[in-house]
Amino acid sequence: MRDVAVIGIGCTTFGEKWSIGFRELFVEAGALALEDAQLSGEKIDAMYIGNMSAGRFIEQEHIGALIADYAGLATHHIPSTRVEAACASGGLAFRQAVIAVASGMEDIVVAAGVEKMTDVEPGASTDTLTGAADREWEGFVGATFPGLYAMIATDYMHRYPLTREQLAQVAVKNHYNGARNPIAQFQQEITIETVLRSTMVAEPLRLFDCSPITDGAAAVIVAPLDRAREFTDTPIKVLASTQASDTITLHDRRDISTLDATVVAGKRAFKMAKLSHKDIDMVEVHDCFSIAEICAIEDLGFCRKGEAGKFTADGETALSGKIPVNTSGGLKACGHPVGATGIKQVYEIVQQLRNEAGKRQIDDAKIGMTHNVGGTGATVAIHILGRV
Amino acid sequence: MTVARFWRKIPQRYNMIGTKCETCHRHFFPPRTFCPDCRRSGRIVDHKFAGSGTIVTYTVIHTANEQFEAFTPYVLAIVKLDEGPRMTAQIVCRPDEVKIGMRVKSVFRRIATDGETGIIHYGTKFMPVD
Repeated sequence: MRDVAVIGIGCTTFGEKWSIGFRELFVEAGALALEDAQLSGEKIDAMYIGNMSAGRFIEQEHIGALIADYAGLATHHIPSTRVEAACASGGLAFRQAVIAVASGMEDIVVAAGVEKMTDVEPGASTDTLTGAADREWEGFVGATFPGLYAMIATDYMHRYPLTREQLAQVAVKNHYNGARNPIAQFQQEITIETVLRSTMVAEPLRLFDCSPITDGAAAVIVAPLDRAREFTDTPIKVLASTQASDTITLHDRRDISTLDATVVAGKRAFKMAKLSHKDIDMVEVHDCFSIAEICAIEDLGFCRKGEAGKFTADGETALSGKIPVNTSGGLKACGHPVGATGIKQVYEIVQQLRNEAGKRQIDDAKIGMTHNVGGTGATVAIHILGRV
Repeated sequence: MTVARFWRKIPQRYNMIGTKCETCHRHFFPPRTFCPDCRRSGRIVDHKFAGSGTIVTYTVIHTANEQFEAFTPYVLAIVKLDEGPRMTAQIVCRPDEVKIGMRVKSVFRRIATDGETGIIHYGTKFMPVD
């Protein structure tokens, strides 16, 4: 296997982007990534596009070809492949690009993610997202995505010491970081009271425990490490790329409050990179709901099971903490265009490792991690990235 | 949901017909046609579940998908059936009544409607056992 490096990154701003469509979103992110790598389009060998549900969000399938076309590459006839794993689509697209380069099959590969979620009514987008769970045996009986994560929260709070205020602190911290990220959907700081006074969605989760509906696209370019300096002075090496699956339904899991796919993919990633959680300077975790960040930092080993509430309230996951979590603002504040999220996580870590993260920069960041979840934990993709 | 998609699961949705593996005696609800433990040496047959179980975890849904908006707030739970498997279902009780560990039994109820002219989805909910 060849070593792989990220040589270029690009991302649109995230938000409710009424004036811009699906294909324009992607082209903007792709062009930014190419410009960053000082690369012209004809050098691209292949593309992998993370996208959850263009079929239901904009009634468009055949995304790989559409994007290659509007990226101006139709006449180059490059292979362009859509990758789908619900909210983990982006993480899997990145992993496919890494595998393509590592194998020697391709050299310059684009990994991108895009989702246009606001072209349908909010009720329809919520229903589409329910397709990330089991439609027949969860969605059919009235489960929603917030409802499934709320059942994780109920189980967790019954078994471990986690207060409602500690849970709210996850969103408060992520909004603080989002307020320092120019691409974030929400750039306002909030307080614990903001969370506790917001509309109830699924008990005990309120509106500010939930990631929003977002339009956005992100793209990164990977290449063999030994060619990376042709394109950039600051290549970022991919130290690990892992993926794990679990039961599609929440009710079939071994433990409701543990995402075994996170545990397994995390262990595999540390083994592959020959590192431990102590070596990680910051991590982007999949905080689709506040409780998801609580579970993630425990399941990845950054603190013990049952201790993430106190760990968060003590500020250990803040920018100045022991392990800064979601410096981008996470899915909560940066926004969650589902297929793009996994790529945006890589975008954030690369910015941190290149010392380009502005007001949210972690001092002397050397190694970062991304954690991207599909559904309630049926798919997890994890990457570890490091300065060369 | 089309008529055929709903119709083919009527025994499962109305009467809790799941499956079990005669090789390892593991029960499956929702039903599986392949035993993950015994794999090809598994022998799957239909099994009617008794419909009694215990609440593992729950939530009260306040913001629902379109089809369920008229029913909010409603209680949704994971129920561990006495035969072993767990399933997701609504609980027919007041939001302040539901508790972890509560004993429940299955009841036949309307679940949702496909608009004003579409089919009515019936299925299984659970209610507290006194």
